[in-house]
Amino acid sequence: MTIDMSQFYQVFFDESDELLAEAERLLLELDIENPVSEDLNAIFRAAHSIKGGAATFGMNDMTEITHVLENLLDRIRKNEMPLTAEHVDVFLSAKDILKMQLDGHRHGTAVDPDAVSEIKATLQRLAQQDGAQISAPPVTVQSAAVAKPSVVEPQIGKRYLVQLPELPEKDVVALIAELELLGTVEKKAPQNGKHVLLLGTDESMDNIVAICSFVLDPDDLVITEQTVEAAALVPAAVGSSTTASGSEKKYVLEISDIPEKDLQTLVDELGLLGKVQQQPKTGNKYSLLLETEDTRDTILAVSSFVVDVDKILISEHIASAAASSPVPLVDEGDFGLFEQVEASKNPVPTIQPEVLESQPVEPVDNKRVAPRREADKAVATQETTSIRVGIEKVDQLINLVGELVITQAMIEQRTSTLDPMLHERLLNSVGQLTRNTRDLQEAVMSIRMMPMDYVFSRFPRMVRDLAAKLGKKVEFVTNGAATELDKGLIERIVDPLTHLVRNSVDHGVESPEVRAAAGKNPIGRLSLSAGHQGGNIIIEVSDDGAGLNRERILNKAKSSGLNVSDNMPDADVWQLIFAPGFSTAEKVTDVSGRGVGMDVVKRNITAMGGVVDIRSAFGYGTTISISLPLTLAILDGMSVRVGDEIYILPLSFVMESLQPAADDVKEVTGQGRLVKVREDYLPLIPLYQMFNIEPLYREPEKGILVVLQVDGKKAALFVDELVGQQQVVVKNLESNYRKVAGISGATILGDGGVSLILDVANLLRSSRQLITEPSIH
Amino acid sequence: MSEPVSNKSESPSQQAPQGATQLEGSEFLAFTLGNEEYGIDILKVQEIRGYESVTRIVNAPEFIKGVINLRGIIVPIVDMRLRFNLGTPTYDQFTVVIILNINGRVTGIVVDSVSDVTTLSAAQIKQAPEMGSVLSTDYLIGLGTLDDRMLILIDIDKLMTSSEMGLIDAIAAA
Repeated sequence: MTIDMSQFYQVFFDESDELLAEAERLLLELDIENPVSEDLNAIFRAAHSIKGGAATFGMNDMTEITHVLENLLDRIRKNEMPLTAEHVDVFLSAKDILKMQLDGHRHGTAVDPDAVSEIKATLQRLAQQDGAQISAPPVTVQSAAVAKPSVVEPQIGKRYLVQLPELPEKDVVALIAELELLGTVEKKAPQNGKHVLLLGTDESMDNIVAICSFVLDPDDLVITEQTVEAAALVPAAVGSSTTASGSEKKYVLEISDIPEKDLQTLVDELGLLGKVQQQPKTGNKYSLLLETEDTRDTILAVSSFVVDVDKILISEHIASAAASSPVPLVDEGDFGLFEQVEASKNPVPTIQPEVLESQPVEPVDNKRVAPRREADKAVATQETTSIRVGIEKVDQLINLVGELVITQAMIEQRTSTLDPMLHERLLNSVGQLTRNTRDLQEAVMSIRMMPMDYVFSRFPRMVRDLAAKLGKKVEFVTNGAATELDKGLIERIVDPLTHLVRNSVDHGVESPEVRAAAGKNPIGRLSLSAGHQGGNIIIEVSDDGAGLNRERILNKAKSSGLNVSDNMPDADVWQLIFAPGFSTAEKVTDVSGRGVGMDVVKRNITAMGGVVDIRSAFGYGTTISISLPLTLAILDGMSVRVGDEIYILPLSFVMESLQPAADDVKEVTGQGRLVKVREDYLPLIPLYQMFNIEPLYREPEKGILVVLQVDGKKAALFVDELVGQQQVVVKNLESNYRKVAGISGATILGDGGVSLILDVANLLRSSRQLITEPSIH
Repeated sequence: MSEPVSNKSESPSQQAPQGATQLEGSEFLAFTLGNEEYGIDILKVQEIRGYESVTRIVNAPEFIKGVINLRGIIVPIVDMRLRFNLGTPTYDQFTVVIILNINGRVTGIVVDSVSDVTTLSAAQIKQAPEMGSVLSTDYLIGLGTLDDRMLILIDIDKLMTSSEMGLIDAIAAA
């Protein structure tokens, strides 16, 4: 049987994407002074989940990064080291690296190996360094059963635990003499014939290895760097295992899959060592509480006569359950960096100490994945409140509902001619169908709706990085992130919005000094908000920065040869910044200022049927407001007839419609016709001429003029008659045909026929071309 | 069979009927345009339906009749008779539209009538002679012979995506 793995990959990719985004959001929200432990836990869980998934799919590069990341996070969340701004920065870049790797796996995009190894090294350095620098952490050895370390040298930079292989006594002495050159050396009682040295020194681990290699094979050597905490633990553990203190210790033995009679034998055997207490059986596991002076190894040795050592889990029992359990054997301890060597040396490598609050134990290279108890740090299983569905399925659903709406409209149309007295029940049912169809359509359309958070969530990071780069201080606020917008629009709004936010940080918000000099809060404020207004969504990018400089814009416009006058209203002046190639920035930065962009922003938004509006006060800030239709899939249309053909005009462009008086229409030589609407003269666009239709009327005073407005420019479209106003489902013409000038799409009318939707902007543009051509009329 | 005079002189190129070898024992839908019988790969045919009123597309060539609503999909309709100057285009209840699905793009072609589906082996498909036909030999797989019938086998993929049909943006713009 073959399993299609690709679907699992996809799920992993999607999930990792979400987890990374979530982690980034949390990181940005973290209060460095006083981090919320729940957030740290959530970040940790995200890293952990990604690690698990990556390991499952064999993406070892991601596993490696998440592993070191997880180590560091774990220590921070346990208050073993304080969170610093550096940590957050490193975590953020680690997130970027992971994203890069993820994309590498998903899309085959390039992954920069240097960046990967760099971040890995940084993470590792942080994990080590900070551990050594830290003062005694809150979680310390407080168990009375643990012997206090006899020598602690806190003034010495680092402490290393050097475990030696079996060596002749004179070699050990020689080595100690060598190591004493580096710092203080304390010799511990030998354990299984192996010597353990505690070395306090400022030298790096490499130097120690180098020194030791004169005497012995460095491969046989295990050096572990100790935090103060671990340093405290180690001698304790070693001490206890050598019974130096003579105090009795309690061990918990967990034995799985053992026959009853074997258990009894084991209890008898262990009775020779000390006091044995049998605990209630849980599942197929028995647990024994053993009080003894002997070491773990001895217990194991005794037990191994009766049961397979693999099946025994021995851990030290501590009175205070909350305390982090001291790890009985050093080699199973905190810093898995050198563990792989130790693993081969350890007589029973598979035995795990049951650590109540386990520390990351895995070796960095992942050659040996320690069987850890996942449960205590398991991914919080959240209730599934959403399902993943392919977008094409949703689109198909929307199409089908669109069909249903058309069919329903057809039924309604057919039944409207029936005698309501005779067909009362049928007509009632049709009415019911109409309502249900509406509701269904609305519900289905809402599936495609996504919260603006999808867009907003990417900005905190960008603003943060940008502000740091430009040496500015910016407080970023978002409002109305829950406002929903059609998925198609959401994806297209990202770029323009990114541009506007960049602009605000770069040009809007001033540097802290300038702000302070102007009597403003040195921390700038940038807000991004979204909200509904009628059938539109309004997205605003607002900053309390310098505002637009009217003079400078006008001067720039004049020098670029734009048609401006000094007494233009502000709103018109602000619109000038959307002109192609227009930038008032004094210097070009790599963030913005090249003058490309604002025109693209405007064009993109117009293409979505949106409008951009600017409000600005010099010295007080700028607000750029984008108004968008809620969806592109449905639009309110006005149907107009020319000859036999019916076209749909998007209602958002329609200002008014009127029947002109004959003498309001003026002929201008070479300019086509103009029509006087109140005070304005508007160009007249005869649709029959544009589209080569045989019209009912050729005289504007007989037909209807529809006044359209695009980009503040108005024109009057001449059609035969208005048919009606209706909501239409927009269909793409290009999916099976090609782009047609003047047409933005098609829709299906109530009678099942197709009607084309006019591209008003294009129509106005091409009408101007038509007019400038002398061949007209 | 008489070949109507071609209204354009297309340079018959040096191609070989590459399609022929792959189409061994393929099934072809036979239809008529004027006096000629044509065949297209049945696998490209989505359905066959009657002609219904179309919505004209502005400024489109005459042979593109317009678009129809095919169960919610907007489908352009091309009249092959107008395109290739074959027969008189009349539209009545017998006019047939073959709906093609070529790489996911749905297009309808208007033909005079559809006759049947025939299976042709590779041996029955002969290379089309290079002649001044209405259809450039570029768009032909070959000539299929079946008893006393001769089918002009059209490489419909190639034809419908060609710039001559003007159905696709990229090529049409070029």
